Amino acid sequence: MKAVKILNGNQTIAEAARQINPDVVAAYPITPSTAIVETIAQFKADGMISSEFVCPESEHSAMSVCIGAAAAGGRVMTATSSQGLALMWEMLYIAAGLRLPVVAAIVNRALSAPINIHGDHSDTMGARDSGWIQIYSENCQEAYDNFIQAFRIGEHLDVRTPVLVGLDGFIISHSAEPVLIEDDREVRSFIGEFKPVFPLLDTSRKITVGPIDFTDYYFEHKRSQIEGIENSPRVIEEVGREYGQKFGRFYGFFEEYRMDDAETAIVVMSSAAGTGKDAIDELRSEGLRIGLLKPRVFRPFPHEKIAEALKKIKAVAVLDRASSPGAFGAPLFTEIRSALYDYGQRPKIVNYVYGLGGRDINVEHFKEVAAKLQKIAETGKVEEMLGYLNLRE
Amino acid sequence: MKKETWTELAIGALNLQAGNSVSNLTGTWRSGRKPEFIEDNCIQCFFCWLYCPHFAVRVEEGKVTGFNYDYCTGCGLCAEECPTKEKAIVMVKEETKIIEEGKK
Repeated sequence: MKAVKILNGNQTIAEAARQINPDVVAAYPITPSTAIVETIAQFKADGMISSEFVCPESEHSAMSVCIGAAAAGGRVMTATSSQGLALMWEMLYIAAGLRLPVVAAIVNRALSAPINIHGDHSDTMGARDSGWIQIYSENCQEAYDNFIQAFRIGEHLDVRTPVLVGLDGFIISHSAEPVLIEDDREVRSFIGEFKPVFPLLDTSRKITVGPIDFTDYYFEHKRSQIEGIENSPRVIEEVGREYGQKFGRFYGFFEEYRMDDAETAIVVMSSAAGTGKDAIDELRSEGLRIGLLKPRVFRPFPHEKIAEALKKIKAVAVLDRASSPGAFGAPLFTEIRSALYDYGQRPKIVNYVYGLGGRDINVEHFKEVAAKLQKIAETGKVEEMLGYLNLRE
Repeated sequence: MKKETWTELAIGALNLQAGNSVSNLTGTWRSGRKPEFIEDNCIQCFFCWLYCPHFAVRVEEGKVTGFNYDYCTGCGLCAEECPTKEKAIVMVKEETKIIEEGKK
């Protein structure tokens, strides 16, 4: 039976995992995602799930187990954060290259050095070229909804690509909220039976997984891999619509908040979007025509749709919770600025890196950005394209 | 052999033809030398068969009888490992043939 429960982000992901009951869960604990693994282990100990629960010696091994189990023909999940995801790095590419629909909950946390356990997007942004689909969540409810949809998206026969679902460390993973947990049977029927593709355990058909490619085949196989993620936008849309029809919460590539008549806009992902919406409400009541766009899907990047949504805005600020040292702006900014390049009418655009290592972002900081955008919209001049928010300077 | 385009390949770079390495004639890699079998010196220890990386040691009715040069790369491991005082395998010079791709 569906019920509203008071859960934090980690418990929410574990609850979704309990309902999905994957064939294999392989994970290694790391702050702030530890409680996901702990709670699933408890479910296993209590006989509430039938999943094979594997505790390997590292995250590299955890992802390796996921790859092996998925190649064998199982529905597979893991969870990690920060250094854990970094340690999985070479295996992430292998999961994607072998087209294995592993699902990972990533509780976003800063990367060392200096060592820091708090939330930012450095970890998943570092994995952005690994070939995984990336979906980001604003709150516990979205983390739950995204995690369930991730299985349907990744496992679709036209996609067969691993999916990671991001939720901000501590801000979401450790903050309790009311979350609507759907009925177990309804979730299971939404997910459906897992359909293995050429499973290794089917001994009637002998195949080789992961043979070497030389100069004559690697390129073609990589192009074939790219097709999987390029097929995914249609599937992401279908699954988001079907999820909405079944459970009442509809999902697309991004959310637009008070964008209809906006002259300026702030683009921000994940938990900070919640704070941003409060700021937009206050700014609107002060008479400013400002809106917010919250990307949900970062890979595949919905470049056309975002460009269409932003092209008529006068000034846009993209807020990134990760830096890309030496690049022309942080990851979300470079995607959006590039997406707008072909449009004759396009906004002035600036980038702010914020919240590294869990640094707070408050309504006041959004107002600071709004004031700068207002000035850019009025003068048409960008004085500082790349900046930092709430940094002691 | 015509190579597949990217749309013709199996998902996930899988190899769906088990055992298709027989079609890869590694003997074409051989350059300048090849092993020669001296049957009189052979004690049938099977070291050469065990060490050969390309399964190119020919075994007939339980006995080593020579090499399958379609797969022998001329690496010399067999001659190196041959334990008899008077070697049963020696490396000899071979004129390198230029082999066109796709032909034996």
